[in-house]
Amino acid sequence: MITLIIDGQKITVPEGTSVLDAAKKLEIPIPTLCHHPKLSPYGGCRLCIVEIKGMARPVTSCTTPVNEGMEVTTTSPYIERLRRTVLDLLLTDHPNDCMVCEKAGDCTLQELAYFYGLRELRFQGEKRIYTKRDGNPFIERDTEKCILCGKCVRICDEIQGVGAIDFAYRGFKAKICPPHEKDLDCEFCGQCVAVCPTGALTGKMWALKGRQKDIREIDTICPYCGCGCNLTLHVRRNKVIRVSSKEDTVNEGWLCAKGRFSYGFINSPERLTKPLIRIAPKESSEFGVRSSGLNSSLVTRHTSHFKEVSWDEALDYVAERLRDIKEKHSPDAIGALASARCTNEENYLFQKFMRAVIGTNNIDHCARY
Amino acid sequence: MKADIKIKVCMGTGGVAAGGADVIRAFKNKLKTAGIKASVERHCSLHKVGCRGLCAKDVLVDVIIDGNKTTYQDIKPDMVSGIVKEHIIEGNPIIDWTVGDEYHNFHRKQIKVVLSDCGDIDPEDISAYIAVGGYEATKKVLTSMTPEETIEVIKKSGLRGRGGAGFPTGLKWELGRKAQSEQKYIICNADEGDPGAFMDRSVVEGNPHAVIEGMIIGAYSISADRGYVYIRAEYPLAVERLRRALDQARKNKFLGKNILGTGFDFDIKIKLGAGAFVCGEETALIASIEGQRGMPRAKPPYPVQKGLWGNPTVINNVETLANIPYIIRKGAEWFSSFGTEKSKGTKVFALTGKVKNTGLIEVPMGISLREIIYDIGGGIEGDRAFKAVQTGGPSGGCIPAELIDIKVDFESLAQVGSIVGSGGMVVLDETDCMVNIAKFFLEFTQSESCGKCTPCRVGTKRLLEILERITSGDGKEDDIELLEALSNDIKATSLCGLGQTAPNPVLSTIKYFRHEYDAHIKDKKCPAKVCKHLLAYSIIDEFCKGCGACKRVCPAGAITGEKKKAHTIDPDLCIKCGACFEICKFNAVGKG
Repeated sequence: MITLIIDGQKITVPEGTSVLDAAKKLEIPIPTLCHHPKLSPYGGCRLCIVEIKGMARPVTSCTTPVNEGMEVTTTSPYIERLRRTVLDLLLTDHPNDCMVCEKAGDCTLQELAYFYGLRELRFQGEKRIYTKRDGNPFIERDTEKCILCGKCVRICDEIQGVGAIDFAYRGFKAKICPPHEKDLDCEFCGQCVAVCPTGALTGKMWALKGRQKDIREIDTICPYCGCGCNLTLHVRRNKVIRVSSKEDTVNEGWLCAKGRFSYGFINSPERLTKPLIRIAPKESSEFGVRSSGLNSSLVTRHTSHFKEVSWDEALDYVAERLRDIKEKHSPDAIGALASARCTNEENYLFQKFMRAVIGTNNIDHCARY
Repeated sequence: MKADIKIKVCMGTGGVAAGGADVIRAFKNKLKTAGIKASVERHCSLHKVGCRGLCAKDVLVDVIIDGNKTTYQDIKPDMVSGIVKEHIIEGNPIIDWTVGDEYHNFHRKQIKVVLSDCGDIDPEDISAYIAVGGYEATKKVLTSMTPEETIEVIKKSGLRGRGGAGFPTGLKWELGRKAQSEQKYIICNADEGDPGAFMDRSVVEGNPHAVIEGMIIGAYSISADRGYVYIRAEYPLAVERLRRALDQARKNKFLGKNILGTGFDFDIKIKLGAGAFVCGEETALIASIEGQRGMPRAKPPYPVQKGLWGNPTVINNVETLANIPYIIRKGAEWFSSFGTEKSKGTKVFALTGKVKNTGLIEVPMGISLREIIYDIGGGIEGDRAFKAVQTGGPSGGCIPAELIDIKVDFESLAQVGSIVGSGGMVVLDETDCMVNIAKFFLEFTQSESCGKCTPCRVGTKRLLEILERITSGDGKEDDIELLEALSNDIKATSLCGLGQTAPNPVLSTIKYFRHEYDAHIKDKKCPAKVCKHLLAYSIIDEFCKGCGACKRVCPAGAITGEKKKAHTIDPDLCIKCGACFEICKFNAVGKG
């Protein structure tokens, strides 16, 4: 364990802890744009600089490991001036169009500009202008708002293991893009979107649906697979307009493309919300008319219709039909397919039901075929 | 004819550019047609050698007959037949073509350690290097010295890193030795990228084996079995000669398994850099070798703790490594007899800009700037007034004429706001605008910033924009203060050496040439008459003969006037291209 002093307060932390994390334990706020606790330290934005006694120049607290007896000053007129310059520089090359930005109210850059009271900028000059819009279906990339913190690059590489984007070009023209500046063509997990501190990366389907202040957060579990990732639904006017996940959850805040972007079914008019029982048309047999050619079964299906029933009715109906088949044709006439979208417990119960109640081994799982 | 004839033709980059290959070809042809081949076949040898230093006078050719050396300068292929006929056949050197006082003065104040064999031996032939004592240091270290003893010798020599920062080499090796790891690396940093610098290039081109030997000794000292030379792909000749040298060293058992039967294994790979200036920064260089984008990371951990692929890595500059075999061979005391108390040995500089003798020089540390510029450099071109010298390239600063007696060593240059750096030395005279010089270097660093950290990526861009507006006449009253404030903040907050030093040219030009900034901003004048937007062209009536040359060349149609009468320039139409100024034979076009 290492003991050090931060702003006059003593703290003991494990060896290898960064000065930034040690300060966080003391609830001393240090501004940063490029740091993420689960990604490798980067030291790019230069906002988390602190003064350490005995060191000639300010150092970034995110990349500096603690040392025994270290004396750290996290704020001073000098340090604040430097941070102000860095922020000023970032804002000179930013659209500063917060009034129409999706990210307003949830943007770290905006937040810092507010706390540093940066209405007037000391510097002016060229801004990067990128007119190209990305043709992918999920992720809106507004490179003009990018501050090159590199979080998206690191999460794609270190957490997702995909490496779909990286830095390109040098100097003022440096930017983050897919190889050869093509349209983004990746897994679309949207992890990059989740960690972007500005409005440079957002969900395409989020546009003009409502900003952070407009929404109610509702925690739930993702229905897509058995992983059980925690979701936070962003709900505005009783509609889900966005999905995120919190860091202190089983999935550590990470989501996949389905969990993050495939919530469109919730409000789909085609979504089934009640059980339906198919009513066979009177003129056809139970399994359809098979005599009038190849497509006749389809014809039959089209002409059949459904009746809305209660869950009790539906379950009774299924139980009754299963019992009939079992008696008439033996249990092995029945087969069942479980779903990867169910939990382990649900899948266990289902096979138990098939084996112990129905009496057959005809049970399989969609992930196997 | 039994004379032993040797002909040495400079084939460094300067020599090649001046037509060295054609000169060699001409010698081959002429010697053949003159029939010398038949009579002196076994004695007459023709060598290509590396850089001789005085690139301004290339192609340089040595003709050595029975040990008597005659050096010719500015040799073109059509002069070869004359040399062959009059000198080689008839024995009368052509005095008019031989090097003059300049060549001798150029060499007189130099002390050559790293360059001692450069320009003398054939860099493509290992036996030439061995003949002058090459690889003796390797034998000595591997067979009779422990790694600790080797490090002790280097520490005692006082050798400091020649890449710019001046970190003591022995200390670095000691840290490398003490680092605990099964795998360690030694890397030679040959990613020389400063504008106007070609020291490392010339050393690798002229004496690649010295660098290899330095790496072998370094690897033995820190117990590394693998080494890399990170060299720019823009140095094709250096890469080719290095590759050849590595092959020859392997064949001669100086590299590979069980070197010289001592059980020590070491081999070197070449990694070509893609021309990013930032890759000269050691952590960016490591990232580049690993196949990542060349971007620096925060230190600590230092490469010597955690470097290439997470293993302890010692990175030395080309010149540093090339010093090693000479130190081992001749002793630490010999080396430390050159230089000052804290800066030992010699330093190679690329002397460029407005001096008469541009080229590659090696001088003892502590020599005065005056000696370099006036004795070695031969003074300023056209005998104009010396204004300043920019040392350390874009990371360094300018030293004004009033400080010309300053000693050139790590401490003295740092005191006046510049650095020794890797060894670029650009001499500026009264026709150079200092604001424009600062702008030039800023343009370079800005476009070479890797983009990782904010102050370097955006800050240098804003600095450059302020300089651009000053040089185009739109400078604002408080721009100098703004430049200073931003420069200091960039220096304090940038991640790596590139950003931390990028504002140096701005700060040092403001420090010593504030009046030039003032003239640009307040008077809208460029005192050196360089900044185009601040110039006005006009015709001086009494000199104008009315020849019409300026009128014809003017692309904007801004000049009017009748034949044989004084012309006039319409300032509203003038685009300040300077074409009229260039073409006028009567000095009738004035600018200012």
